[in-house]
Amino acid sequence: MTETLRRPVSDRPLLEVRDLARSFQVRRAGGWFGKAATLHAVDGVSFDLRPGRTLGLVGESGCGKTTTARLVLGVLSPTGGEVRFEGEPVPAPGTAAWRAMRRRMQMVYQDPLGALDRRIPVGIQVMEPLAIHGIGARAERHARAMELLDAVGLGPSFFARYPHELSGGQRQRIVLARALILDPSLLVCDEPISALDVSIQAQVINLLLDLQAKFDLAFLFISHDLKVVRQICHEVAVMYLGRVVEQGDPDQLLIDPAHPYTQALVSAIPVAAAARRRPRLILKGDPPNPVDRPAGCAFHPRCPAATARCVVDTPVLKPMPDGRIVACHVAHGEADSPRLAA
Amino acid sequence: METLVSIRGLTVDFDLGHRVVRVLHGVDLTIGKGQAIGLVGESGSGKSVTWLAALGLLGPRAHVGGSVQLSGEPLLGVPAARLEAVRGRRVAMIFQDPASALNPVHRIGRQIGEALRLHRGLDGAAARAEAKRLLERVGIADARRRLDDYPHQLSGGTNQRVMIAMALAGEPDMLVADEPTTALDATIQAQILDLLRELRRDGGMSMVLISHDLGVVAENSDRIAVMYAGRIVEEAPTAELFAAPRHPYTTGLLAALPDLDGPRRRLVAIPGTVPEPARLPPGCAFAPRCPQAIAACTTGVPPLVHVATDHRAACIRVQTAMAA
Repeated sequence: MTETLRRPVSDRPLLEVRDLARSFQVRRAGGWFGKAATLHAVDGVSFDLRPGRTLGLVGESGCGKTTTARLVLGVLSPTGGEVRFEGEPVPAPGTAAWRAMRRRMQMVYQDPLGALDRRIPVGIQVMEPLAIHGIGARAERHARAMELLDAVGLGPSFFARYPHELSGGQRQRIVLARALILDPSLLVCDEPISALDVSIQAQVINLLLDLQAKFDLAFLFISHDLKVVRQICHEVAVMYLGRVVEQGDPDQLLIDPAHPYTQALVSAIPVAAAARRRPRLILKGDPPNPVDRPAGCAFHPRCPAATARCVVDTPVLKPMPDGRIVACHVAHGEADSPRLAA
Repeated sequence: METLVSIRGLTVDFDLGHRVVRVLHGVDLTIGKGQAIGLVGESGSGKSVTWLAALGLLGPRAHVGGSVQLSGEPLLGVPAARLEAVRGRRVAMIFQDPASALNPVHRIGRQIGEALRLHRGLDGAAARAEAKRLLERVGIADARRRLDDYPHQLSGGTNQRVMIAMALAGEPDMLVADEPTTALDATIQAQILDLLRELRRDGGMSMVLISHDLGVVAENSDRIAVMYAGRIVEEAPTAELFAAPRHPYTTGLLAALPDLDGPRRRLVAIPGTVPEPARLPPGCAFAPRCPQAIAACTTGVPPLVHVATDHRAACIRVQTAMAA
């Protein structure tokens, strides 16, 4: 939301991400004989997340949103930049300090069946994080698991069931109960509702909002669905090829997207009501391979508004008059050269 | 409008060895020439099974009943050779995951060429020229070079274009697209839907679009059939279905979708989950989740009845309202 962007930092953000970068050494097509190349999965991403708030990360496959999540959790070490959680830098993965911090930051994935062990009753799996961290006696753990089953809308009868006996929505509730049992302050959700049926998606969205209010949780919410992001996020960052290209209030971005890529994403949303449909902006081609990121603005080969400056000069994120930040020469009126023939 | 495909009382029973489970409970559907029908429903609602059954693609474990006619000729129970003349030739089907539908060890050109030989008797240079034309038709740049590519060298969106090119190879009267954009990114989904729209407009081809996404079918269909637990529960022209839905399940699906504009509201979720085919509740399968259910809902399965000239719904409350 705009007011959070403008408000001076009085209470410290829960999560501070600064110039975060991660590159991978890869080989180009050609198997063992392919040339070595560097893939910049995440390249200079910065954002803050306050307690109890939700930041949405949107973008297409390969834009770096999941890598960003893994860097935030410390599962992956950055090659540049820094992540601070509750004021402390995230320690190296596998260390005791990192494990202690991970109690406070949990992750929820897209596929709940893949995240659960099929051979163990779900109640035992909900208790498991307490056992791993050596918290409480068995009776206390059991009582706490029951509390969380209740919080996610499942009754005590679910404790002894196995994952295959549950529906997709119920499994995702179990995954949420397990993620929340250590009382985290941050939940990283990677496409948590994409695998669910339409009628169940609404149930889980409502549940996430209820859990956020009840436990004062912050969410880093990764999604490709802008409608869901609007429903759940206080702020949204659009990523393209490892960089944030536009960030701000979800309504601002949806009603009046400033970056041409955001414009294309918004116009691509299929809308049920004919009256609300907007003219569709169809992009040419596929997103480029991140190994061959185009010079200048990475979006320029697909951009209908690209100018000569966009080909050579990489735009930086700068605030617009309405408070959101955008990385685009054209949106800032600084293209000062005629549009490339599209 | 001239009828192209007519499905009447289509049932499918899966033989699980120890028991037989009915997954499709009598589907009636008519597709006119050049018409686009959208089939929506959640997983297990029977939207894909309907078409797999109609085209004889379900295998020996499935018992298919009812009738399916293509231009007046029966499709069910006919010899395999007759069916081969229809599948791919008059009715083509594309699926969600193009990468697994294409053969990874053959070049694109050879795979399209195979379809051309099978359906149109083209060979050699003629087949190659036609394959190139088809790739150009589906918007693939540099088609001549792409003919020599393998599927793994192409992106998901391009592979789906190749699948569509193969489907067009038989010059079909109807294309069944089963979740054709579900595995694709948002901007690529827009490209593929735009291509399907264009092909339909140019060729007068009928289309069945199967999707879980109400928005996708709304933009690309003349009529929509909503399926739940193996039955069609509502069918209407697209605009009418969204403006005046009559079945509580359709109403529920629409209320469960987040809005793109206007004030943010709490979503109205449909409680509970879709029943398993082997454990359907008595009467209306939606009754246990239905906010408007009454005692009579559990006594019998409500039939699809006309609520307007071109609008049918299977709900006992609609039925009584019409009778009154």
